[in-house]
Amino acid sequence: MILEIVSSVLVIAGAIFAVIGGIGIVRLPDFFSRIHGAGITDTLGAGLILTGLMFLSPEWTVTVKLVAILVLLWITSPTATHALANAALETGLRPDVDETEEATSSS
Amino acid sequence: MTYAAGLVAILAAVWLLLSGYFDKPLLLGLGAVSVALVVFISLRMRIVDDEGLPVQLPAGLVRYLPWLVVEIVKANVDVALRILRPSLPIRPRVIRVRAGQRTDVGRVIYANSITLTPGTVTIDTEGDHITIHALTEEAAAGVLTGEMDRRVARVEGRG
Repeated sequence: MILEIVSSVLVIAGAIFAVIGGIGIVRLPDFFSRIHGAGITDTLGAGLILTGLMFLSPEWTVTVKLVAILVLLWITSPTATHALANAALETGLRPDVDETEEATSSS
Repeated sequence: MTYAAGLVAILAAVWLLLSGYFDKPLLLGLGAVSVALVVFISLRMRIVDDEGLPVQLPAGLVRYLPWLVVEIVKANVDVALRILRPSLPIRPRVIRVRAGQRTDVGRVIYANSITLTPGTVTIDTEGDHITIHALTEEAAAGVLTGEMDRRVARVEGRG
């Protein structure tokens, strides 16, 4: 019972973040900033839903599979996002920015 | 040879966990055959090396991942709230930072960590410099502190 409540809360929270990501894709002004909206759906949306499902798994092997899905998703989605953004940049699309700065991290 | 042994161990573990069979001799035998076949093919393709099987990473990743997950959650909430605010308070900008990692694997982890954190996306990599599109001033400032850069460099270890 408690597990079901925890699971429901996580899945619903994940769904809300997925929808917010979708709203972001519509509201944000240009291609490069829209990618950030999609990032919410990719990371916290999918992450919370999968974590919620883990609480409902009937046996531990199912949990292992859900963890594997999460790991693969969190490796492939930024790679795909980068490929998309880089392809846009290479074909001449320029980000709509307030300012561009040259900077070096302090390390 | 160490890498081949490691590959056998990982493939066997993945096979067992995904199948869930621990007491069916025929299926376990078939699993062993598939593991042997994959290792044989990988050796012939010469991809069994420190890049195909980064055995040095997991120790550092165990310390890095919890920190990364917390950062991702914080950034998610921040970007989500900005998207929902009617005024849409964003100030997109492009910054270039130096990636202080020694290896390609390290730079990939750094660039992917930046992309995984909402509010910052790696849009270009060139040598040891990466170009980042940041949605807000705060997100850009977060990358510029270089904390993630240092933590990923620590994941690589000193080998």
